[in-house]
Amino acid sequence: MNTFADQLLVLVMLINFILLGSSRMTVSIRAVALQGVVLGLLPVLINNFSFHLLLISGGIILAKGVVIPWLLFGAMQRVQIKREVEPFIGYVPTLLLGAVTTALAFVFAARLPLAPEHQGLLIIPSSIATLITGFLVLTTRRKAISQVTGYLVLENGIFIFGLLLTEAMPMMVEAGALLDLIVGIFVMGIVINHISREFSSIDTTRLSALKE
Amino acid sequence: MLYGVVLTPLFGALLAWIIPSNRYRPLILPVFAIIHTVQTLLTFIYPPPPSPHGWIVLDPLGKVVLVSITLLFLACAIYAVGYLAFRQERSNRVLCMGLMVCLCAMTLVTVSHHLGLLWVALETTTLTMAPLIYFNHNARSIEATWKYMLICSVGIALALLGLFFLAYSTYVANHQATLLLDELLPAARQLSPAWFNAAFVFLLVGFGTKMGLAPLHTWKPDAYGEAPGLVGALLAGGLVSCAFLALLRVYQICIATGATGFYQQALITMGVVSMAFAAVFMVRQTDFKRMLAYSSVEHVGILTIGLGLGGGALFGALFHLLNNGLTKGVLFLSSGNIHRSYGSKNSEVVKGALQRIPWSGGLFLAGFIAITGSPPFSPFVSEFTIISSAFAQKHYLIGALFLLFLAIIFIGMATTVLAVVMGEAPQDLEETGYRDRFLTVAPPAALMGIILLLGLWMPLPLADLLHGAAALLEVKS
Repeated sequence: MNTFADQLLVLVMLINFILLGSSRMTVSIRAVALQGVVLGLLPVLINNFSFHLLLISGGIILAKGVVIPWLLFGAMQRVQIKREVEPFIGYVPTLLLGAVTTALAFVFAARLPLAPEHQGLLIIPSSIATLITGFLVLTTRRKAISQVTGYLVLENGIFIFGLLLTEAMPMMVEAGALLDLIVGIFVMGIVINHISREFSSIDTTRLSALKE
Repeated sequence: MLYGVVLTPLFGALLAWIIPSNRYRPLILPVFAIIHTVQTLLTFIYPPPPSPHGWIVLDPLGKVVLVSITLLFLACAIYAVGYLAFRQERSNRVLCMGLMVCLCAMTLVTVSHHLGLLWVALETTTLTMAPLIYFNHNARSIEATWKYMLICSVGIALALLGLFFLAYSTYVANHQATLLLDELLPAARQLSPAWFNAAFVFLLVGFGTKMGLAPLHTWKPDAYGEAPGLVGALLAGGLVSCAFLALLRVYQICIATGATGFYQQALITMGVVSMAFAAVFMVRQTDFKRMLAYSSVEHVGILTIGLGLGGGALFGALFHLLNNGLTKGVLFLSSGNIHRSYGSKNSEVVKGALQRIPWSGGLFLAGFIAITGSPPFSPFVSEFTIISSAFAQKHYLIGALFLLFLAIIFIGMATTVLAVVMGEAPQDLEETGYRDRFLTVAPPAALMGIILLLGLWMPLPLADLLHGAAALLEVKS
């Protein structure tokens, strides 16, 4: 593990805080895209160079840095929403929560029964911190697009953990997972568009007709 | 051969995309469904060799799920022709394509022995169903689709994390990470227990969300309630079986680790909680499609309890997988007809279905009798096997709770179903133009016939198949 890769992981954790603290959707979408690109660089950096890894990295950067932001910006423009308003928990409290959970992630990661060569790496704590950030965004935001960014951050957190296993994951499975992610975001984009047409808003708290 | 079974539906999807006529496009569905059933039968008669690295293998567990999917899909495909003839106002291109891709993905789930590939296929089934739930294009269905999409995506993402933990547990054990079932099983005893337990919890939550085990079932009533009948049938009979198969694969590894107590207890607890939730919400449920969703929660609970009990209950659980799939087909398809005929799915409006549409009303009633576990239908046999096994293993509390919840559910469901089918049809109903036709009645009737037949007589090849599949899940000590 080299220092450059470590710095990139720190950058990933900093991006988490941008996501927790920003109310503008363009910022959030760009931040998630940047996070995706940074993560895309990591497989090549931390493992020995191979063609297989280069393809994976290229695919991830293309998917998370270009295609998914493009889909999200498209959805955002169609529904004419620029800001998140009144999250269920305010920006400052979520930022604080994010800081606390990131700190706890480090404490927790130090206690895990990792393989000896993985002790003390930044991968595990950054993975946990990103996962929890994803959950925080997913649960505290009202707008459908913000929830999608939360889902993406969650997925990124899982992906970071997968870095420990890049050599074990076959190409086909990686490609399939990425394709599923893109199609998922594409479908979510369409659904968001229909929500805004049907409800004149993408506030998901209005989706409350179906209950017992 | 196996590749053929998996990939042929994709040609169907391509054709559905090309064909411009809204009227003739649905004919793709039965054609490819019949091809799929024939191919499935051929693979049973002439077992194909596994793929070179052991990724694609058709074992008895996969066969049980494959058989229930192909039969259910065939019924739904024929029904779709009749149903879509009533829905000519709306383009059915996305629906037909989605159904075909979903059939491909479901088949892939049944044959993959690589858990990563299985995950990709399972995620694909989730995605292809989203546009189908939204077929009706109204505010309620968009809400259901959004909830389904978000909850299931997060759930399946957690399952991916669980798979990573599983791979990591093999890495900690012998520095070679793998997700291939045939490599995992022999090495299971060396797996790092801490990571494997974490993997199990995440996989149970992830696949449990997809199956709709309580308390992770919250998307289910909405999605089942708003989706067209045939989509509901495939969700409740197809996707549930696929997700259960994923859980079975995980459980196979659990057994191979040698320490099964924790896993069995976790499964039984989830199952009992699911049945309890279903029992509570089933009572006084006026929306009969939502009622079916809670019935589905109940039956995934039964499946999980059967799996957790082990022993003789395994045979019951696997048989119940087949029975649940087929009976859900009857219920959703006939309830779709009733919904079409009345333009409502509320039991306060919908009354006297036996009078207004005797075939669909009768099938709905018969389906209800079957799904609640009454003889002579086959769910009775499978549920009875599970209960008797619970008592035989001296799990008296579980057996008693099981019976109690079954009784509550029977009463709760009966109130709604009897209100729908019995009585006088209201006079002030608007004309909806729906009449029972051969194409919309024959498929659920055929499924009902199979359930009745299986309840009275178990064909020997099926019994062998189920015993072979149950042997894979047997705890070896």
